This record gives sequence, structure tokens and C-alpha cells, in this order.
Amino acid sequence: MDDIVTEDLSKSYPSGWPGRPPFVALDGLSLTVRRGEIFGFLGPNGAGKTTTLKILLGLVRATSGRALLLGQPVGDVATRRRIGFLPESPYFYDYLTAEEFLGFYGQLAGLNREVTTQRVNDLLQLVGLDEARTRQLRKFSKGMLQRIGLAQAIIHDPELVILDEPMTGLDPVGRKQVRDLILSLRDQGKTVFFSTHILHDVEMICDRVGLVMKGRLVASGRVDQLVRQDHIQSVEIVCQHIKTEGNALIHSLATRVLQQGPQCLIVLPSPDAVDALVGEIRRQGGRLLSVTPHKASLEDLFFHEASQAASRVSAQVTGGRAS
Amino acid sequence: MGVIGVIAVNAFRESLRDKILYNLVLFAGLLIGLSVVLADLSITEHHKVIADMGLAAINLIGVIIAMFVGISLVNKEIERRTIYTIMARPISRSCFIIGKYFGLALTLLVNMSVMLAVFLFTLWLYHVPIEPSLFQAVQLMFVEILVVTAIALFFSTFTSSTLSAIFTLGLYVIGHLTADLRAMVANSEGGIGKAVVDLLYYLCPNLEMLNIKGQAAVGVAAAPDYMLLASLYGLLYAGVLVTGACLVFQRRDF
Repeated sequence: MDDIVTEDLSKSYPSGWPGRPPFVALDGLSLTVRRGEIFGFLGPNGAGKTTTLKILLGLVRATSGRALLLGQPVGDVATRRRIGFLPESPYFYDYLTAEEFLGFYGQLAGLNREVTTQRVNDLLQLVGLDEARTRQLRKFSKGMLQRIGLAQAIIHDPELVILDEPMTGLDPVGRKQVRDLILSLRDQGKTVFFSTHILHDVEMICDRVGLVMKGRLVASGRVDQLVRQDHIQSVEIVCQHIKTEGNALIHSLATRVLQQGPQCLIVLPSPDAVDALVGEIRRQGGRLLSVTPHKASLEDLFFHEASQAASRVSAQVTGGRAS
Repeated sequence: MGVIGVIAVNAFRESLRDKILYNLVLFAGLLIGLSVVLADLSITEHHKVIADMGLAAINLIGVIIAMFVGISLVNKEIERRTIYTIMARPISRSCFIIGKYFGLALTLLVNMSVMLAVFLFTLWLYHVPIEPSLFQAVQLMFVEILVVTAIALFFSTFTSSTLSAIFTLGLYVIGHLTADLRAMVANSEGGIGKAVVDLLYYLCPNLEMLNIKGQAAVGVAAAPDYMLLASLYGLLYAGVLVTGACLVFQRRDF
């Protein structure tokens, strides 16, 4: 069962000047988010992440394509009872106290007074703001606002939680709290779809990710699959008592050789060359200390796709000028 | 309480915690107090000056609040992005607009009640007879303020705050002049000018219809039929504008 489905979703904004092409924010985006998973929606600033989220929540109308939330077309008011949302850098009614704020969102979600009061108490405890319950939001720090924002997103116990950059601007403690909260939501069987550009968090908690560049989904899948498929791994070998200077074989195999006294660090571009290098170390009577394979990280994939997207755009611009 | 009620109560709470409104109501109190000073300066008609000034002060402050809070009612939500979390809830955009409108109407009702209380206290203090006509004038003032709020709300759903303010103020001024303009061209022999004035007369709100301050200050009561008709006209006009605001808001991207 898929909780979010988008098919060929596009959004463009008119430039405002006759003759100028419209600005394309989303360009045929198709993705699916499965029930009960944490899906990280990755991309640099301006890639189209927030636009996608806004379309899903009915804040913006797609120019073309189709999107379903919990099996219903986006914009269906009743479906929103089953969805929670935290926008990027949330701005809330700062004249409300924490408990008034959560109570307001609980009532908007259709909870009765008793349930709302119970949920407000539980959530203030959960996000560690119980002592600030009577404080107005204008006196909250950024981290506190993010936590109260998360609490409002889940006040009505939604099945699907959509978060826009939930870790942005938080200190390491705040980020860990948010990460833990997202993981606890998955443990309760909820689906979490969140956009971010903090790759470390994605690698730590996401079941699957989607990478969006220039309004297009360029990769989607499990982190380990994406990273393994697309990137060459490097291997670091540390050894002792070998001569690397003037050794043509070692220099032809390695991308980097660092000699520090008797110890030597050799970086190979792929595991294929490990056997040959180990053979050379043995031949010289050297001592092998460690062989460390380095998996390509999500960051490598991110930068690789970002540079490819930039190349595509510059090729289009050049092609456009030439024609 | 339905979602419209929840939005309305929140909008009302927002106004209550906004210090500007308190300052405006205080200013209205000062204006009403000033009427006593001016009445002392006049040779005759002390009572009329106090009643006139008091009603004008209530009207002026009511319109200012309606105009400026009405304009920011929706625009502020969009500019501060508070609308994102509201629209992500199971409420329709129309419910949001109607809820905000009712919230401001409630705020205006409370503000006008406070100003009316200060006004009545001033009248009592200076032994000015409290005529039923004064209450009639305040009633129609409130209807006028509901119309002005609806105008401000309508414009704010598709333009910036500055343009909304200009359009609302323009329509408010025109609304008080259309009857006079129509009377001026009534005897002309037609032509485009007359057609334009006729169009303006039927399209723009006839706010002068809701202005009975002059006669109320001298104790002349309006006929009950007139009160009913004028009130219905104002409420209907406001209703049409709020419906228009809902329709425009349905199509808006955030």
C-alpha cells in the first residue's frame, strides 16, 4: 500500500514578462512512499522539495500530473484529518501559549475537548515543553518552536506525517530529539515523509530516499542500494616497511600514496587492485596493517547528481543559444 | 464548536492580544471626552455637539479598525506563513475566510460596545438625554463597519496589503458619495457620464444609507422599516463580498 503517489507532477510559474519562458519548479516528478516507512526527500535549495510538499497539501495547484495521498486525490479535505504537517521554519501564532496553540490545532482537526486536553498534555511531555505550557510562543527559541511544531503536526494522531526541513537550524541535541521522534512515529506504524538537505540525518533514519534536482526525481530507493549502484568505492591500505618511491606498479594502481617514516598509506580507486597491491607488499617483505574499504556516501551521490544536473542545464542553455 | 467557530475565536483572541486595538479604543474615549470641551466652546446646542462628536468618534475608530485589521486578516496569515498549517487541516478555504470574518466581527462588536459604553457614560455625566435614535445610529454604524470589513477582506484575498488599503479606502469614500453623484446627474440627458454614475451607484455600496448620525444627534429616530431595510441591505452586501472573497481564495496558491 502506498501512502503518497505522484505521477508526472509538474508545476510552472509564469515569468510575468511576455516572451519569457515560465519558471519550472517541478518537472514530471513521479514517486511513491510506502505505508509505515520513513522517506527522505532530498535535494539542494530550489530543487522543488517544498513545491512538492505544497502540492501534496493542496497549498499549491499542480500545472499537470496527478498526486494521491492515502489513496485520495490531493485537496480532499476529509483526507487531511489523517495527515500531519510541519512547514519549514515554522511561523505560528506567537500570541498563543503552548497549550492554547496545541489546543487550537487539536480542535481544528476535529478532536473533542476531552481528547484535545489529553493529547496536549501527552505531547507537551513528549516534546519536553511541559514546563513552558503557559508561555507565549513569541518567547520560544527556534528549537522549542520546532518541537512545538512537531507536536501540532501529530496532535490528531495522523497516519501520515509530512515534515519540511524538520532539522534545519537545530543544534545537535535538537536534531537528535527530532530524529528520535521521527523514529518513534515509525515504530507506531506511521508513515513519515520529510524533506531535508542534511544528508547525515537521512542516512541514519530513512528507509528510502528520493533525490530531486531541478524539479526532477533523479534517484529513489534504499540508501545502501543507491550508494552501491552508482558509485565506485575506494580502499585504503596501511602497511609498513615497503619502498614506494619509484615503484611504478604501486603508483599505477594507487590514486594517492603517503609515506610517513616506515608507515605508508595507499589509496586505491577500487577493490579490484587490492590483490595486486597486497602481492607487491608481500614481494617486498612488507607488513600489511589494515585494508579499509570506503563505501561511497549519500553525499557523494548528492554531489554527483548535482553536478550532472548543473551540466544538463548549462548544455540546455548553450544549445538554446546555438539554435 | 465547528471549525468556523474555532477560527473565529482564535481571530478574536489575536485581536484581544493586539495592543494597537486598545490604543485605538482609548483614542476613541479621548475623542468622546474632547466633545465635552468643544461643547463648552459652542454657544448653543451643547447636547448636539456632544452627541455628534461621540457618534463620529465611534464611527471613525470602528472604520479604522475594520479597514486595517480586515486587510491584514488574510494577508498576514500568508506573509507569516501561518496559513500553511491551517490549510493542512481538514477545513475548507471558505470556512477559513468565514471564520476570520466572524472573528473580526466579534472583535468589532466588543470594541463598539466599549466605545458605546464610554459614550453613554459621557452623555449621562453631562445630562444629555439618551435618545433611542443614538442606538439606531450605532446599530447602522456597526452594519457599515461589517460592510467595510468585507470590502477589506475581499481585496486582501488577491492583492497586497497596500493595494487593499487603497481600494478599500476608495470604495469607502465612493460609498458615501454615490447617492450625491447620482442626484447631481439625475437631471442630465443621459450619455456615458450618467451611465457610469448609475453603474457606480448600483455596484458600489451605498454607505450613506447607513449613516443616520446627523438626525440621531438631534433625537430624530428612523422608521423601523428603514432600519430593517438598511440593515438587510448592508448585511446582504457584506455577504456577497465575503462569498466573493471565498471564491477568489479557493483559487489562490500559497
